[in-house]
Amino acid sequence: MVRSVTSFGRSGLSDWLVQRVSAVIILAWFMCIGGTLMGGVDYTQWKTIFDGTSMRVFTLLAILSLAAHAWIGMWAVGTDYLTERLMGPRGNVLRLAYQIGCSLVIFVYVIWGIQILWG
Amino acid sequence: MVSIVKDKRPVNLDIGTMRLPITAWASITHRASGVFLFVGTAILMWMLDASLKSPESFAALQECLSGPVAKLVIWAVVSGLIYHSLAGIKHLIMDFGIGETMEGGVMGARIVFALSVVLILIAGAWIW
Repeated sequence: MVRSVTSFGRSGLSDWLVQRVSAVIILAWFMCIGGTLMGGVDYTQWKTIFDGTSMRVFTLLAILSLAAHAWIGMWAVGTDYLTERLMGPRGNVLRLAYQIGCSLVIFVYVIWGIQILWG
Repeated sequence: MVSIVKDKRPVNLDIGTMRLPITAWASITHRASGVFLFVGTAILMWMLDASLKSPESFAALQECLSGPVAKLVIWAVVSGLIYHSLAGIKHLIMDFGIGETMEGGVMGARIVFALSVVLILIAGAWIW
């Protein structure tokens, strides 16, 4: 049964799981980077870390996780507040514009990330 | 079936007039920090880009981040990350059925807020 066409996985249960798996991946990436930065790095060391395939793949995984995580989160916020019930008919227009804006920003983040890693 | 509840009883669903419990504040700040981080990601991506492009841009970024305004911005983003992460970990723990009662929820929210303050202060000390 599909009740929403704009949620990430078309099902609340799927979104629930994706939100948690992606959260763990993003947190792992930030802890990895945080640990590295606390040790202090110069340009050569930092560049060497991101020249490795494993770090590039890990970072891309984190960015893709962030894309899914951000969509599910922003969608949840938008469908709660930008609604017909709270704002009248213009709520629907605002929500659609907001969702288009969010997906554009997420698209830019993904492309930008790939460009940083492999550009 | 005959309803024995009077339909005309007063209903107050105006959330703005209610005093919110600490669990509600934890939930709202989790959302707000998420939206904030969605925007803050642009700053983090820009930093990652500048740090990897060339030795010159790496040095320029270091120079830029030594300014007081830049430090404040980084602290804000890091604070958002800390709170959003801790509140998220609380969610994961609750998913395992731990702390799902009202008392557990209040306790969890208190722990998340207290731990966030401590970690945010430590992060601030590290940035400055």
